[in-house]
Amino acid sequence: MSARPMPGLTDRLSVAGRVVLAAFGGYGVAALSTALFALALPLPRSEAVSTGTLASFAIMAGAVVWVFSARTLRRAALVLGVIAALLAAGLWLAGAFSPMVVP
Amino acid sequence: MSHAPRKSFRQSMAWLHTWSGLVVGWVLFAIFVTGTASYYRTEISHWMRPELSAPTADPATAATRAAAFLGRTMPDALAWSVKLPTAEHPTAEVYWWNNPAGPYHHALLDPATGEPSQARDTKGGDFLYRFHFELSLPPVWGRWIVGICAMILLVSLISGIVTHRRIFADFFTFRRDRSAQRGWLDAHNVVGVLALPFHLMIVYTGLVELGPLLMPWGVKAAYQDDILAYYAETGIMAAGRKPAGQPGTLMPLGEIVARATAAHGEVPEVVMVTGPGDAAASVTAFFEEPPGLAHLHPQIVYAGDTGAELSRTGDVAAATRTGAVMIGLHEAHFAAAPLRVLFFICGVMGAATIASGLVLWTVARAPKGADPAGFGLRLVRILNLGTIAGLPTGLAAYFLANRLLPLDLVGRADWEVRGFFAGWTLAALAALLYPKARAWPAALGVAALAYLAIPLVDALTINETRFLGFDAAMLAVAMLLALGARLASRPRRQMRAAQPNRSRAVEA
Repeated sequence: MSARPMPGLTDRLSVAGRVVLAAFGGYGVAALSTALFALALPLPRSEAVSTGTLASFAIMAGAVVWVFSARTLRRAALVLGVIAALLAAGLWLAGAFSPMVVP
Repeated sequence: MSHAPRKSFRQSMAWLHTWSGLVVGWVLFAIFVTGTASYYRTEISHWMRPELSAPTADPATAATRAAAFLGRTMPDALAWSVKLPTAEHPTAEVYWWNNPAGPYHHALLDPATGEPSQARDTKGGDFLYRFHFELSLPPVWGRWIVGICAMILLVSLISGIVTHRRIFADFFTFRRDRSAQRGWLDAHNVVGVLALPFHLMIVYTGLVELGPLLMPWGVKAAYQDDILAYYAETGIMAAGRKPAGQPGTLMPLGEIVARATAAHGEVPEVVMVTGPGDAAASVTAFFEEPPGLAHLHPQIVYAGDTGAELSRTGDVAAATRTGAVMIGLHEAHFAAAPLRVLFFICGVMGAATIASGLVLWTVARAPKGADPAGFGLRLVRILNLGTIAGLPTGLAAYFLANRLLPLDLVGRADWEVRGFFAGWTLAALAALLYPKARAWPAALGVAALAYLAIPLVDALTINETRFLGFDAAMLAVAMLLALGARLASRPRRQMRAAQPNRSRAVEA
């Protein structure tokens, strides 16, 4: 790699940050959206779960592409965080976090 | 390298494509090669068990005999499963287990006697099939690693498409003589783009196959993690009944097979007995997928004690059916011979895309003049050589071990697998010791010789005309590898001519 400038520590940390954010943030957003689809889609329960699971990998891929294309790591984290918070709020409204009543 | 994220969208995607492809490229290559070989899993298994030919008993009799064997072996099992003999699979393949987490015990039974088959002990094509998604690791670990690699491949494909926006213009460009780097880039683009629909399909459907493991959150949220309830409600599986907790007697399994055959109009593929020793045992008959793309096996559940029908699968709704079609596309059971060849070629192109991408990474970073190669570059070169040339040699060693190991060797099937890993490791190590300039031709040449040896050894040991197709295929692989060795040994004059217009591969 003789022709390339050596990246500085800040750059390396920023790349590492994006990798971590893409992996865990991307998976988190995909997982939250799958759960929300499963509970909130106006379909029979089984169909809602299937739809959520099928879509989840596209959602994760989209999140990863976003993390690596955002102008800064901070911006990438902020947007992903807001989306995750909205999904979690939706899940809370759908009753995912209330104690389960076994029918 | 790390400045990329501050550049344009396309440049950041180029960076992402380069690095995401690199970090999992070697595992992906192994996944593609073994997965592509799995399109011919049945044929490989036939070749590896030359003792077997046509089944010698009807399915119902074979089922009753298999149940007798299983009743002696593990009467208190959680479940037994019996794959009934057919012309394609001449033995009754049985599994039994008393813990859902395993171990899953396995045997091939001779349908004529109900005793373990006398065919040589081998994992056959199933080893390659399982390696494709478990990598010979504990199943959950292997599947997670393969799932993560598949996700990274999906990201790599998307970023590769963005990077390579001039898909159609570049498709008709093959600048082999401009420079080594151009040549590799064009080769990577041709095999990548030509089979792009296949690549996208195979990676997404592969993720869907592993969906319940990788993304269980929908099932957790809506079914409190009860995946069997989800399968029953979608219509993927017919519901059984709860165990009674007291011992009972199972009726002859052959009678249930006969009932299922009469009810559905065809012989079931598999019968599974849940709680065989329990008074409330249930027997599920799984039938072959009806014609079409969807991977959905119709099922009928019978009471194990009376043979009365308990339930059966019904219609499957749109979203679940979509997922089943994806799985069907991935496994290609629906594909008749010509389409299967096309899938196989696409799989080979997938492996070639990965291999050319990995080589391109090193060619684009080759030091100029007398600069020493850095540690990273040397490591990638070593892994490339060890994987791209080593894995095919390992596969050849697996097939050769099948013919050459003594038939009465204890743990023979495991020794064949050790032959696979030994062949792979030795080929990789030997390639390392060679001088860099001759390592590729030498490694590919050794692999070619190993494949050439397969038909010869087969002719000397078994020599049956029904295996000519397999032997011819091995000969074809040998020729391809020999061609690769020859190409790799050509003098590198283009490299020198290419110095002035050297540019980063990903910015093409």
